[in-house]
Amino acid sequence: MTTIQSVELRGITKRFPGVLANDNISFDVRAGEIHALLGENGAGKSTLMKILYGLYKPDAGEILINGQPIRIKSPTDALRQGIGMVHQHFQLVPPFTVAENVALGLASSREPLTDLDVVSQRLRELSEQYGLRVDPNALVWQLAVGQQQRVEILKALYRDAALLILDEPTAVLVPQEVDELFVTLRKLTDTGHSLIFISHKLHEVMAISDRVTVLRDGRVAGTVATQDTTQKDLARMMVGRDVVTVWDKPECPSEMAVLRVEKLSALNDKGLPAVKNLSLSVCANEILGVAGVSGNGQRELAETIVGLRRATSGSVKVLNNEMTNHAPAAMIAAGVAFIPEERMTMGVIRDFTVQENAILETHADPGLADGVLLNFGKIQKHATRLVREYDVKTPTLDTPVKSLSGGNIQKLIMARELTRQPKLLIAAQPTRGVDIGASEYIHKRLIQERGRGTAILLISEDLDEVLALADRIAVMYEGEIVGIVEPNTPVDELGLMMAGATKGKSEK
Amino acid sequence: MKNFDFSRLNPIIVPLIAGGLGLLVGALMLLALGANPLEAYAAMMQGAFGSTNSLANTMVKACPLLFVGVGTCIAYRCGVINIGGEGQLVIGALFATAVALTFQDAPAWFLVPAGLFAGFVGGAFWGGIAGVLKVKFNVNEVLSTIMLNSIAGFIMTFLLTGVLIDPTTADKAIKIPQTQRLPAASDLWRWVPTSFHGGILLGVVIAALIYVLLWRTTIGYRIRAVGFNPKAARYAGIAVQRYQLLAFLLSGALAGLGGAVELYGVTPHRLFSEGGTISFTSNAGFNGIVAALFGSLHPLGTIPASFLFGALLVGANSLQRTVQVPSAFVITLDGLIVVFVVASQIWAQKRSVKRVDEARASVVKAETT
Ligand SMILES: Nc1ncnc2c1ncn2[C@@H]1O[C@H](COP(=O)(O)OP(=O)(O)OP(=O)(O)O)[C@@H](O)[C@H]1O
Ligand SMILES: [Mg+2]
Repeated sequence: MTTIQSVELRGITKRFPGVLANDNISFDVRAGEIHALLGENGAGKSTLMKILYGLYKPDAGEILINGQPIRIKSPTDALRQGIGMVHQHFQLVPPFTVAENVALGLASSREPLTDLDVVSQRLRELSEQYGLRVDPNALVWQLAVGQQQRVEILKALYRDAALLILDEPTAVLVPQEVDELFVTLRKLTDTGHSLIFISHKLHEVMAISDRVTVLRDGRVAGTVATQDTTQKDLARMMVGRDVVTVWDKPECPSEMAVLRVEKLSALNDKGLPAVKNLSLSVCANEILGVAGVSGNGQRELAETIVGLRRATSGSVKVLNNEMTNHAPAAMIAAGVAFIPEERMTMGVIRDFTVQENAILETHADPGLADGVLLNFGKIQKHATRLVREYDVKTPTLDTPVKSLSGGNIQKLIMARELTRQPKLLIAAQPTRGVDIGASEYIHKRLIQERGRGTAILLISEDLDEVLALADRIAVMYEGEIVGIVEPNTPVDELGLMMAGATKGKSEK
Repeated sequence: MKNFDFSRLNPIIVPLIAGGLGLLVGALMLLALGANPLEAYAAMMQGAFGSTNSLANTMVKACPLLFVGVGTCIAYRCGVINIGGEGQLVIGALFATAVALTFQDAPAWFLVPAGLFAGFVGGAFWGGIAGVLKVKFNVNEVLSTIMLNSIAGFIMTFLLTGVLIDPTTADKAIKIPQTQRLPAASDLWRWVPTSFHGGILLGVVIAALIYVLLWRTTIGYRIRAVGFNPKAARYAGIAVQRYQLLAFLLSGALAGLGGAVELYGVTPHRLFSEGGTISFTSNAGFNGIVAALFGSLHPLGTIPASFLFGALLVGANSLQRTVQVPSAFVITLDGLIVVFVVASQIWAQKRSVKRVDEARASVVKAETT
């Protein structure tokens, strides 16, 4: 690997129809440095990185490597210059093995035959060197998300990337995996690699980076050395004002359970038990937080409650009505709203416009359709209101949702679900990958919703979020609730419970 | 309008260019065959558009393509594939035959609507089989519809040599597999002396109705939601399988209606067979799919696309007659255009993916170069 002494972006400007995504941005990375890029959803971080990686052509500005102006026209160019990128949405071929994925597109050392053994050997060395544990012969579709990310990083390192761009790498990781990733990142900088690290999580940025550049509305709000700044300062730079992250919680006044789940069991996609004999209940005006390391059956629990997955035994009651294994439409009609964890593949139809996505469950309501005919006047009014009220940043209502940024898609889903004034809201990982401004906003909305009388089941692996919002916390481990505790429970105690050590009182 | 986004014209321009390229390659082949391409294509134009009669012939040829093509659009928009146009055309025509032969003395005001409706139901039935197989038993619909095409051909031949055979030939030694001429009351309105019949207008109206169905109604919204993302559709409370089945029923129904229209609208006003479906359908069940692709899988686009494709079919015939090229050339030209149009559609799809999600596409490219 030839080290890159410096990469500099000067005056980068990029305009999309209706938005100025990057406005005269200057930014630089030095050898051996981790430079964090912070900014709210839609601030222009991904756009800037895609320009550096040759995926977008800037409207103005230049890129200098080691002081020399360079044209980067494609990812191939970028790789040739030693720039690699790990996208938030991975670019792997699931039926292929790890080694095949890495070798894909590269010349073999003994054409026309493959040299997968050589690739595997080199992969093992790289894995060893950087602590990126992964079996070169494993099939990618069988790997967990964290492992797939390691494959992406290995792929870039295998191509001799000296500068690695990581777009929200921690959004898909559980806390332990984040720690492992950080160890890897440090090893990379020790060997002279430079890193650009995008994240919404301020404590991560504080923990790992050397310098931070904050983007706001497509402009640089400032570049600071990490040691000279605080989380509070960074938050202020991002949002442009002071941010409050903790609220006072009113007492839950009602005893009536809106959701009552009893002895529920369900299988995961592979047919193995994922939810095991689980009971819980949520009453009106209450947020019940479900904490736990992801992959312990939370997704299956949520899907079973809303009718997307069959319960193999047990029951689900909504407002005292037996609703076990009712169709999703029946749950929607009963006033159940669901913010799914799989935002891009379940929460929206990517090819539909903002407006079309805003009416996903309600398109046949009398307010939006006259009999069987869609009423576009009303639909447009409805969508305009949602977009404005929930501050969804979109050029037009006819923009396909797939060109919105992740945080804005989440706000749109949130708007759509809450505007139905649900009796029960199930929110799964509502702020994962969402910036601090939008997170704060989503939290405020959840609190407001609770104040309106909604029962909320908040499933999240972000302990800070659960602690800040929940009235009671149920800890989930291997498909079971191992305990229900007060929100003032110390974090380390919660951590122990999440790791399987039973504690606290379980609900009858 | 200022700042008009010209890329919005792509669905129209791309297939036209593709068709043109097909003709260009065809011209090279004509040269190789020793024929003058200009002369040949002039004969083709003349044959397709040269007179009122030939224009009418073109539209008559286009008519079944339009019905099948619009049906193809519905299936595609719901994310399922219906290659069963041939079979659905034939079953629709059989149902319409049954009605016409059962009510021989009925008046036109009864016979025509009843027969067309029977065709609609017959096609829905045949499409519905593939739909049920997919929804209930997860049988691949491409395979099932293709097999149903053959089965429909056999059923037709069986009936035409049996119960439906023309009674005047039945007792002769050679059994011609065809029905008697259907009662004149079942004939569609025709613009005499041309071959233009009322079914063509019906096809245009139906294409417009299906456009309204797909883009202006709640049912169409659900069909398209299921087509783009069944998982999200299910999440939204849409009964995904019910809409997939509905798409098959409707798609088949339109092809079946097209079969009934072809039977009632075109001389000889009888059903006949050579052992398969083709002698009756002239491949309209497949050509209709290409017409839909040519029309960017949009019901309104399918109207001009069917017309152009019909022109090609009619024109190619007169080309063969005028310039004396082997008849295989006509089939080849047909195939060339199909290949170019299908390829251009795939290309356009890739490009639109790239336009919106530049990242994904170029990374793949970067890795394969
Ligand atoms: N291909 C595109 N076409 C049109 N607009 C786009 C495109 N890509 C990005 N945008 C717009 O540019 C702005 C910046 O988007 P970008 O994806 O860079 O934000 P981001 O900072 O990465 O946000 P997030 O944290 O939500 O991922 C947004 O308003 C977005 O809607
Ligand atoms: Mg981004």
